[in-house]
This record gives sequence, structure tokens and C-alpha cells, in this order.
Amino acid sequence: MTTRDIIEETYVALFANKVRSGLTVLGIVIGIASVIAMVSIGQGASGQIQSSIEGLGSNLLTVSPGASEQSRGTVSQGRGSAQTLTTDDADALATIAGVAYIAPERQGRYQIISPTGNNTNSTVVGTTPDYEMVRNLSLAEGSFIGEVNVRSLGRVVVLGSTLASDLFGDQDALGKTIRINKLNFKVIGVLEAKGGTSFSSPDDMAYIPLTTMQKILAGGDYLSSIAISVTTKDLMPQVKAEATALLLQRHNVTAESTDFSILSQEDLLGTLTQVTDTFTIFLAAVAGISLVVGGIGIMNMMLTTVTERTREIGLRKAIGAKRKNISRQFLIEAVMLTFLGGFFGIVLGWIVSFLIASIAGITTTVSLQAIILAFGVSAAIGIVFGYYPARRAAGLNPIDALRYE
Amino acid sequence: MIECKKITKTYRQGDIETHALKDVSFRIDDGEFIAIVGPSGSGKSTLMHILGCLDTATSGQYLLDDKDVSKLSDDELADIRMEKIGFVFQSFNLLPRASVLRNVTLPLVYADVSKEEREKRAKDALKSAAFPEDFWNHYSNQLSGGMMQRVAIARALVNNPTLVLADEPTGNLDTKTGEIVLGTFQQLHEKEGHTIVLITHEPYVAEHAQRIIHIRDGAIVEDGKVKNRRVIHHHIL
Repeated sequence: MTTRDIIEETYVALFANKVRSGLTVLGIVIGIASVIAMVSIGQGASGQIQSSIEGLGSNLLTVSPGASEQSRGTVSQGRGSAQTLTTDDADALATIAGVAYIAPERQGRYQIISPTGNNTNSTVVGTTPDYEMVRNLSLAEGSFIGEVNVRSLGRVVVLGSTLASDLFGDQDALGKTIRINKLNFKVIGVLEAKGGTSFSSPDDMAYIPLTTMQKILAGGDYLSSIAISVTTKDLMPQVKAEATALLLQRHNVTAESTDFSILSQEDLLGTLTQVTDTFTIFLAAVAGISLVVGGIGIMNMMLTTVTERTREIGLRKAIGAKRKNISRQFLIEAVMLTFLGGFFGIVLGWIVSFLIASIAGITTTVSLQAIILAFGVSAAIGIVFGYYPARRAAGLNPIDALRYE
Repeated sequence: MIECKKITKTYRQGDIETHALKDVSFRIDDGEFIAIVGPSGSGKSTLMHILGCLDTATSGQYLLDDKDVSKLSDDELADIRMEKIGFVFQSFNLLPRASVLRNVTLPLVYADVSKEEREKRAKDALKSAAFPEDFWNHYSNQLSGGMMQRVAIARALVNNPTLVLADEPTGNLDTKTGEIVLGTFQQLHEKEGHTIVLITHEPYVAEHAQRIIHIRDGAIVEDGKVKNRRVIHHHIL
């Protein structure tokens, strides 16, 4: 019996009972579609989180100061409030092999006023030219803070895109003078919109030279954080270890009583990926239940079919069909049903995930793995749930089968 | 050539043994047209199943073309059926949603015959069974009983079997259509030399054969040539 014969037989058998085959397939379609749609939601969410974290800068290590050491019993200022991190630390860290760019930062929130009187409260970041590379920023117009500005305590500012439009509306901000905390700053650049990184949007910030921040605006020689961009991903753990060792030595503290912490994107990403993976598995499991129900539908239909076609099976056996011919025929019928269901399920699931994305505004991703998985699962369901009916058909005694009424 | 030597078939249900066949021996030469006649419960169905390799005897030997097939496995029996036996059943047993041609080619599907060869042989078989060409592509459930039985005969012939086994082939047909079917068998026998075994409970039907084996209570009670053989004239076919 050739493959073509089997396919022909299957086609005839399935199309003889269009409604029944259709309803059975529908069970699988719904199962597969819900798996695809649910997994697409989960993967969309994890993809979004991943891209927003990576948007913070590539191969990024962030050094933050710890809580300031205070005597027992007093109120802690909270982590990040310590004034232990200095520009000298940043200079020392820059010498570590594998550091591509290093950007010390000092942040503060200030009132910003445009010449037209628009008034807003925003985060102002004092930093160095490397910041542009470390944070993957690109400029819509003008230029970023230069080395010269840092050396000369320049009163210049680069605006995030949102901040620029908040202050200037449709007008061109470049070359205008704004007031930050009652001091005049000249706008030398506007950033391109970076899009919503959910944690701290670079679009809503103003950037000024680090020295200007430390000496004029905020006062004090300490830093809020140091961002380090590592040349390659593989070097991340090594650079992190070296930086830790260096800072421990410079601050003269032990590993147990550190006054700083170094976080990589991986640390952040790892935790969040774990959360989204659990979420995805949970959704897929719920959808998987409907797939199992669909599979039982297949088995039910195949058992009915075998009973209905008992005489036909008897005849086939009488004219020379062997056990394997019969079992293969029924197994392939079941697999064909699930394959059809799988195919339409993927199409439907895709449409559903597209609708979810466009109506509910959630990012969804239909990945190739999800499709392959869905196809594999549907074929496996066909085999698992088709096996028993097929075996029953193959095991029929031709004499009894031919007499069956 | 077919030879049965002391065929015994015993069914066992709990402690009760039923002897469906007891030491049945006979021989059928190639080209014979034989009727096996007996009332229901006589064991003729059991004998048909054994002759058709659907079942095996409890003891005794069954030689089909000099090959002992009495101790073969299910799959080996399936091969023998595919190569050497053609069945015609009382209830036709055609695939309902399939064309006449597809029904006739079905045995060849399992015999791994190429598509073109299948079609050629099916057409030859349909011609042999005197099935009109106009209906070759009709669905089998659109045909009359007599036509259906001729499709079944063509299907039985398509693998060029050693033995055509017809189990009450006229049982579901009226007398006139039944005669047409019996006439078809006679023609196949005379013109093409097929070996045909007809199983029936009606003496009238049996008289269309050359030789009749009477069976009763699992044993042969009479075996001999038909004296007044009924011959269907060709003009009614």
C-alpha cells in the first residue's frame, strides 16, 4: 500500500462524514489556537521586558552606593543615599580591562523653566560624554555633552525628547536657554525618542556636564551611580568581580559590609524572565487542558468510526489487508484530523494573538518554537488518541467483522 | 487444486465442545464449479471460512495449490487470501462512497500493484463479470443489487485467484437478478476456467454448479455431479 493510497483512503473516509470530522477537528483547533495565543501573550510580555531592559544600555553594569553608615538607632537614609561613590572611584574603575565606556552619574530633580514660561519638574543627570554610548542614546539634533563642557563647568544641557516637547512644544529647542533651578543653561542637543523603558525614561530627563552638576547645581563631589559598559557579554562576570574587588579595596571595607552594589542587566533580566516564564507556562498549561479535551474528542470519533466500519474492516481483511494495514489506516486518519486541527489552530491562534495585540494593546509574539510545538503536540495527540481505536480495528476478527450488523 | 484432508473444527465454549466439522475430506480440481449445500448449522459456513483462509482448522490438512495453509499465522493467511482467494458475499460488502472502479481495485491496493496496472486489471475483471461500462464510474451505492453483486464478482476476480468463493451470492437478490448472477458465474467458469465454490442452502441455486457437496451436521453426506444442471442462457445476461 503506497502512501498515496493511504492518503486517498483517509481523504475519502474523513470527507464521508464532513460534519463529524469538522466538529472533531474544531476541538483540536480551539486547543491549539488557545495554546498559540496564550504562549504569544507570555512571550510578548517577556520580549517587551527584555527589550526595555536592554534598552537601558548594552552589557551594562551599574554601580550604586549603599546606605550611608550611621550610628546605631538612627534613621537610615535608604540605599543609594550614601555619598561614598566618587569621581575618583569612576576614574579607577575605568582602568579595568574590558571596560568599554564608563559614565559616572549624579542625579537630582529640579524645576526647569523654558523661555516661554513652561515649567516642569524633571530629573537632571550630571554626567560625562561616555554616557551617550553607555546608555545607547542617539541625538535628534545638536550634540551630546563634550569633554570641553565637563572641563569648563559648561552651562549646557541636552534634553530628552519628551522633556523638549514639554518645554518647547513644536518649537525648535536647539540654541535656546532654559533655567534649571534658576540657573541658565543653553540647549546644545535634543535626544531621539527612546521609547518607554518602564523603569526610568531617558526621554523625560535633562543631561548636563557632571562637573556642573557637582560644583554648581547640587554641590558635593559624590556620585549617584556609575554605569559601566563592558566590551563583550562574556567579560561581564569578570569585570564585575574586578570592579567589586577594586571598590572594596578603595573604600577599605570587607565583602560583608559593602557600601556599594554592582548590578548587571542579567541580574534584573534573570528575575523577570523567571516571572514571565512561569506566567507563560501557566497560560500554556491552561490552554493545554483544552487540547487534551480535543484529543479525547478524536478518540471518541475514531472509536465510533471503527464500530461503524466494522464490516468494511472485515472486508478489507478478507481481501488481504494485514493488521498493520488496518491499524495504519486508522492511525493516519486520527493524525490527519489533528494535523488539520493543528494547522487551522495555528492560523486561528495567530489571528487571536493579533487581535489581542491590537485591541487590548498587549504585545504578543507568535514564535516559531510555539508553532513547531503546537504542530508536534497535535501530531502526538493524534498518535496517542488514535492508537487505541486503530489497534481495536486491526484486532477485529474478519469473520465476526463481516457478520457484524 | 484444493485438497481437504480430515478437516475438523471444534469450538469450545466453557466446558462445552461443539464440532462444527468432523473429518471432512474432499478434493476440488482446477476449473471445477462446485456447490456446497446444507441447511443452516450444518457447518458449511465454517467450511467456507476454512476454504477462504479466514479461519484455520482445529486438526486436519488443507492444501491450497499444494501448500499446506492449515497452520499459518493471521498475516500469512492474509497474504494467501490476497493472492489466491476471491470472495463474493451475500451482502456484497462494497465500499459505499466509492466508485465501481475503486471498489474493484481495492484488493490490488494491498497487493502493491501499480496504479496503471490496477486500473487495467479492474477493467478486465469488470468485463469478465459482464458489468456494463457505462457504470464504471458510478458510486456503488447508486447501483441495483444485481449490479452490486457483479461489482463484487469483478472484485473477487481482479487478483486472478485460484479459487472464487461465493457465500450465498443470490441471498439478497430476487430470482431474476439471482439468475443473472448465477449465469455470470457459469460464464466465468466456462469461458475463463475459474474454479468456483458456491455456498448455499438452496438446492435450486446449487443446481447451477457442476458438482454438489451436501453437508449436514459437520460431515459430507453426498458428493456428486449434478444430474439436471440448470444453465442460464446467455441472452438474458
